[in-house]
Amino acid sequence: MTYLDHAASTPMRPEAVAAMQPYLSACFANPSGIHGAARAAKTALEEAREVVASALGARPGEVVFTAGGTEADNLAVEGAARAAEGRDGVVVSAFEHKGVLAAGDRLVTEGFRVQRVGAHRDGIVDLEALEAVLNDRTAVVSVMLVNNEVGTIQPLVEVAALVRRRAPRAVLHTDAVQAVPWLDVGAAAADAALVAISAHKFGGPKGVGALVVRDGTSVRPLLEGGGQERGLRAGTVNVAGAVAMAAALSTTIERRAEDVRRVAALRDRLVEGLTARVPDTFVNGDPRRKVAGNCHVGFRGVEAEALLVALDRQDLYAAAGSSCSSGATEPSHVLEAMGVPRAEALASIRLSLGFASTDEDVDRALAAIPAAVDRLRAPVRISR
Amino acid sequence: MNVLVLMSGGVDSSVAAARLVHAGHDVTGATLRLWGGETGSGCCSVSDVEDARRVAAQLDIPHYVFNFADAFTASVVEPYVASYADARTPNPCVDCNRAIKFGRALDRAVALGFDAVATGHHARVERGPGGAYRLRRGADLAKDQSYVLYMLGQGELARALFPVGELTKAEVRAQAARLGLRTATKPESMDVCFIARGDRNRFLAAHAPRRPGPVVDATGRVLARHAGIAEFTVGQRRGLGIAGGGPHYVVGIDAATATVTVGDRAALVDQEIPVRDLRFVGDAPGVEPLLVQTRAHGVPVPGRLAGDRVRLDAPAPRVAPGQVVALYDGDQLVGGGLAA
Repeated sequence: MTYLDHAASTPMRPEAVAAMQPYLSACFANPSGIHGAARAAKTALEEAREVVASALGARPGEVVFTAGGTEADNLAVEGAARAAEGRDGVVVSAFEHKGVLAAGDRLVTEGFRVQRVGAHRDGIVDLEALEAVLNDRTAVVSVMLVNNEVGTIQPLVEVAALVRRRAPRAVLHTDAVQAVPWLDVGAAAADAALVAISAHKFGGPKGVGALVVRDGTSVRPLLEGGGQERGLRAGTVNVAGAVAMAAALSTTIERRAEDVRRVAALRDRLVEGLTARVPDTFVNGDPRRKVAGNCHVGFRGVEAEALLVALDRQDLYAAAGSSCSSGATEPSHVLEAMGVPRAEALASIRLSLGFASTDEDVDRALAAIPAAVDRLRAPVRISR
Repeated sequence: MNVLVLMSGGVDSSVAAARLVHAGHDVTGATLRLWGGETGSGCCSVSDVEDARRVAAQLDIPHYVFNFADAFTASVVEPYVASYADARTPNPCVDCNRAIKFGRALDRAVALGFDAVATGHHARVERGPGGAYRLRRGADLAKDQSYVLYMLGQGELARALFPVGELTKAEVRAQAARLGLRTATKPESMDVCFIARGDRNRFLAAHAPRRPGPVVDATGRVLARHAGIAEFTVGQRRGLGIAGGGPHYVVGIDAATATVTVGDRAALVDQEIPVRDLRFVGDAPGVEPLLVQTRAHGVPVPGRLAGDRVRLDAPAPRVAPGQVVALYDGDQLVGGGLAA
């Protein structure tokens, strides 16, 4: 298997698998109880919270555990908008994750004015357009730290400066889900009041994530009940998941410098090899502003959907666009927001590397992809 | 053989896939996503895809979803709307088989290195004495679908497999049940897959402007007014908005003036069908007697081909322009075209 879809999900770090085991068996209690078993679970949970907080440049009391990135995005955008008294403006970049865009759509039905700001062809949010729509009615601004398809790092410092200048009361949220393996999120997202992460993008399990809610930021909960997570996220906390996420995060940070260096070299070899070996290849997103694991390329005249099937049949796993509930590949809203022509968008695939990627993965990709592209470009002759 | 089976999530294509697997082929399943539009049900709903995916998992074969929504809109839905606006009665399943299943999907299958595309159609492909491919009716005459495959030529038939063509529908369901396939008792799909049941006129009105016009008799006398010609088909008897004096049938529709002409049954019947876009499975037939079928499950009647006209042995209700006129020799498809 050649797995080049780490932006969709990563394998779990062994440290995370090991860390969560006790909380799947012996140490199973509900952390909200008063007895010894509950205390053990509660201690583990709060230790995990401290690790996550420190990794994200937050204080432990600012970390809310969620069931993943989408919930964190929903909670941030909807929760902050609903908590904003007297302001009804929501501004999001048009190439946000669906977890942000759908939250915006929901807010429209509640009477909010939601504006989507486009991006430039290089994969960077249009700061002028952003500035133009910010005003004192703006309640929430959401711009991701790293785009999930083309891997471009967004200028969050500039975004935050614009928000401070044009909409000083607005809450800035950033979806940092794709950033954790590659960037020091604590520093890069220091200006955001809300920061979302998801464990399975950096070696943790699926179904657990977190939202940083900095002190002084008002957010209404999506889930209400037992008052867990300071009332911001009711429901028994996924202790094993939180512990595993913390372990994955620790390992990620510990090895980040080396992983980034190694994976960037692999990625560069992949991009250069494909560009050299396959005619009519193009790259989406400014290569100088991407995270280390992202290779987003297109092959003119080739249907990405067919190419993914051809590669899958050789056990080489890649992605294109975003998957809808039926499993069909939908044209990418990210590339559309960047102004990439539809024909090029439908010819583009994402090869995403991660900490588990190897030289052999790149070798296999450089052998398989040019051959598959050649075959798919050959005309099909069926007498009709 | 390396076979791509198109799995709709229904029982026929499920059993088709199973039979191919059991015959020892290297089988891959694909479900086509064709329409994301209004119905949310129909041919490509999430639950149908899920049924196909689960059956594929049960058979331990890979399964993909191909998004052909753009092509389907351009090759099936838009021509469907345009046909009604032009006073023709389209058959969207025929367009889908031609342009999508044995067009886009077959092209992709060949490009991906598959030897054949299989579907759950009730029809049979055979090779004649000279090696040419032939298309025969499915063994279950009540479910036969050779009519909607009339356009397949040698190139497509050489790469087409219909694994349930030898079976009756009851046998298909029995096999599905025996294999424990979750689609064994699933109801059949009906109607046009991209339009919710009974919603045709609303769909057409939403996709093309409606021009009101008169309903007239043969002398030009106005008997009623209508809201748009798309609601009418030659041969139609109901919903004409005419009180008394019946029965009236639609005998002609003029798109240019939005005029619907009605008449009695004698005015409806004819003995000749003008046909366009004729094509044949093999060689063009001579003057030999043929069987002529003008509806998906219509009764075939004797006739002969004469140039670009089909001459019936006995008068029959006129065929709505745009409908398929399929020609058979016994149960073997000879070819066909569209009523002009």
